Amino acid sequence: MEKNELVAWENKCIQEESPECSSACPLHLDARLFLKEIQKGDWDAAYKVLNKTVPFPGILGRICDHPCEERCRRGPAGGPIAIGALERLCVERYAGKKRVQPLPRKDRRIAVIGAGLAGVTAAWDLLKKGFTVSVFEPGDQLGGSLFDLPDQLLPRKIIREELSILETLMADIRLGVQLDKALFEQVAEEYDAVVLDRDSLYGCDLSLKLDDDGLIAIAPATGATERDGVFAGGGTRFRGGFSPVMETLEGRKPALSIERLMQKVGLEYGRENEGPCSSRLYTSLDGIVPLPRVAARDSIRGYTEEEAFLEAKRCIQCECMECVKKCLYLERYKGYPKKYAREIFNNERMLLGAARQYNVFVNSCSACGLCETICPNDFNMGALCLVARRTMLDQKFMPPSFHEFALEDMAHSNGELFTLCRREPGTTENAWLYFPSCQLCGTAPLEVVSSYRYLRESLSGGVGILLHCCGAPAYWAGREDLFKEALDKIRALWIEMGKPRIITACSTCLNIFQEHLPETKPVSLWDIMLEVGIPDAACAHGTTRNRVGIVDPCATRHNPVQQKGIRTILNALGIQIEELPLSGETPECCGYGGLMYNANPTLARDVVTRRTTASDNDYLAYCAMCRDNFAAAGKRISHLIEHLFPAVEGGDPAARDWISWSDRRANRCRVKELVLRDLGEKEEAHLEEYEKLKLTISPCVLKRIDERRILQEDIRKVIFHAETSGKKMLNRESGSYLASLQPGNVTFWVEYSPEGDGFTLLNAYCHRMKIVGIMQ
Amino acid sequence: MNFSQESADWSCTSCGGDLSLIKVGFTYMKGSFEIDLPACAACGQVLVPESLALGKMAEVERILEDK
Repeated sequence: MEKNELVAWENKCIQEESPECSSACPLHLDARLFLKEIQKGDWDAAYKVLNKTVPFPGILGRICDHPCEERCRRGPAGGPIAIGALERLCVERYAGKKRVQPLPRKDRRIAVIGAGLAGVTAAWDLLKKGFTVSVFEPGDQLGGSLFDLPDQLLPRKIIREELSILETLMADIRLGVQLDKALFEQVAEEYDAVVLDRDSLYGCDLSLKLDDDGLIAIAPATGATERDGVFAGGGTRFRGGFSPVMETLEGRKPALSIERLMQKVGLEYGRENEGPCSSRLYTSLDGIVPLPRVAARDSIRGYTEEEAFLEAKRCIQCECMECVKKCLYLERYKGYPKKYAREIFNNERMLLGAARQYNVFVNSCSACGLCETICPNDFNMGALCLVARRTMLDQKFMPPSFHEFALEDMAHSNGELFTLCRREPGTTENAWLYFPSCQLCGTAPLEVVSSYRYLRESLSGGVGILLHCCGAPAYWAGREDLFKEALDKIRALWIEMGKPRIITACSTCLNIFQEHLPETKPVSLWDIMLEVGIPDAACAHGTTRNRVGIVDPCATRHNPVQQKGIRTILNALGIQIEELPLSGETPECCGYGGLMYNANPTLARDVVTRRTTASDNDYLAYCAMCRDNFAAAGKRISHLIEHLFPAVEGGDPAARDWISWSDRRANRCRVKELVLRDLGEKEEAHLEEYEKLKLTISPCVLKRIDERRILQEDIRKVIFHAETSGKKMLNRESGSYLASLQPGNVTFWVEYSPEGDGFTLLNAYCHRMKIVGIMQ
Repeated sequence: MNFSQESADWSCTSCGGDLSLIKVGFTYMKGSFEIDLPACAACGQVLVPESLALGKMAEVERILEDK
């Protein structure tokens, strides 16, 4: 990932955008944090938040016109938070001392003419930036028109106390000065830059251009007047009404401009968001119970601490986190997409001595696209992870363990044990080509064979069959080479077959073909069924006594037509439907997608387990992996094809148990064998010697080895090798044997005992670390 | 980790001999390690106990995969 790509990804995620309150505040006070501190009861911390942004908290905290409240997201749910009133209480109760250290001075001298709120703000900011500052004020004290405010609202004592900080910072304060053109010219000559407080200078002729309101004209973004080095701000009461917070902002702008002028950098660059601005932050109000604003019992004195605490509690602490709320994967790594994009970027540029910490993360996403659907800004974590996986492969730091098992499973589907391409017997040209999908063949072999028979009987023009994998596992693994190889093979066979239209029974295959082989004009088995009619043998069994929750596969997210078609078929079968919370546009993956199950099996199990609790009803899936993964998590679930082409009359497909990876492979081989038999061909199955071993496995051992991703084929190879080579170990007590073999990257260990003319498997485990041997 | 129990429990069928704890080398993803494991000094057969394979060894594999 290049830096500009990172910036583009980061910009898509809006979680770190300022909340509405801060964006509305001309000074960008972090009101959300201020309220959070009050929620915690930590008033000192709340004061610190104010003090960090606001120049004179004691003043502004009492008189701020709080534009933040207008845009508060709590507004529609009981009224905006009384941020202004809470600020007031916060500064009233603050008893701490202000500690300010005089800073080392720069030799640049700045003059501030007029000590109203804008003027004193400019002086304060400039002093903090290290300039030597002189303040010229006609009155006998600093504060200008602040003294016109009622004492009850803003006690005079407070104005004096707060502004005394300028003296502490060694400002050169000149009171009782006549403000006129002569002074201005003298000061402009003597100082490096000048700030004019337009509130104090209203009506004073300085021979500067004026605006429509009679105020010294300025560039709004910088506060620059027509004269070089002279800046101005303030005077809101002469144009629509006194706004203390805007007055403050207008004192702050010239101070920043002067700093830039002195540093000889552009005055305007990057200041678009200074002052009130819009925010892209999305905050859902779902589940937010409306609560009215807390009223102060004594409306003159304002909130008590308890009242303030209750009011602050109403703040919902705006944030987006929409995707994280729904996706267990995004939740588990305790961040959000913007943070993750940065981590992935850093992971690719591992700093010297640091460990990569996001390899597993990058490979744990199911790439189901739920985040993109939910995100107000369409952030797609799967797309980001897929790019990152390709980079890991390119830069050669992709651990083989993340995808090897899945890719070997795909290789099995694309090997001679499963691959088959045939025309319908007695035809030379076929209008259709049935591509049932490798995983559906793996879980429902008899039903697949029946569905092919049904297609041949229902469609004219001939229906050929292609048993193969669409290449999705390679796509998810970032293995573009293997993916291309699979697609090229399918395309070649499709051309050889005379370019028939592909019918598939798997939503993932359908998506892959639509995107990567659109020329095959792929259509789903279910859509064909809606055209030509539901098979005669179809019936709802087992599940009809209750409603079933439909599990929409994540691959149908953007295919409402297919989802609707499935429901039509279920209605026709008399099956009552329960819509699960994550359906339609927002289904979650079952853990197979993106090969999550391979790189992060624990997460995949947790994802599916959480989904099993959405309803007590049986589930009904139309994706093979959804069926198998839910069944493995103990949920009663059937696949649609089991109702359409019942293999057993009066059976209860939802009662069918989980299925092992070995059995999936065996089932695929079975489909090939049965189809060939159906088509009048017979293939002599060639069995390797190790495949002829008689092997007994108890259900609990079978489940254990399947979770360890050990196939029965691996077990047979180990035992066969041990028995033929004699290389094994004997347990003195139990008489069982232990043997190992490393056929590829993995070393398998098998404990077994002879049983009649075969063997009983007692245990098996594996590791990837390679045994070098005994060290000399 | 001490595997003397495993060493005593198993014997090598190829040579019929006892196993003893011997330094065995392993490699994985640019890392190499040595550990004392039950092995047959005569024919070089090595025993990796389940507790090691699923415990420490799996842990080190994961750490190396994140390197």
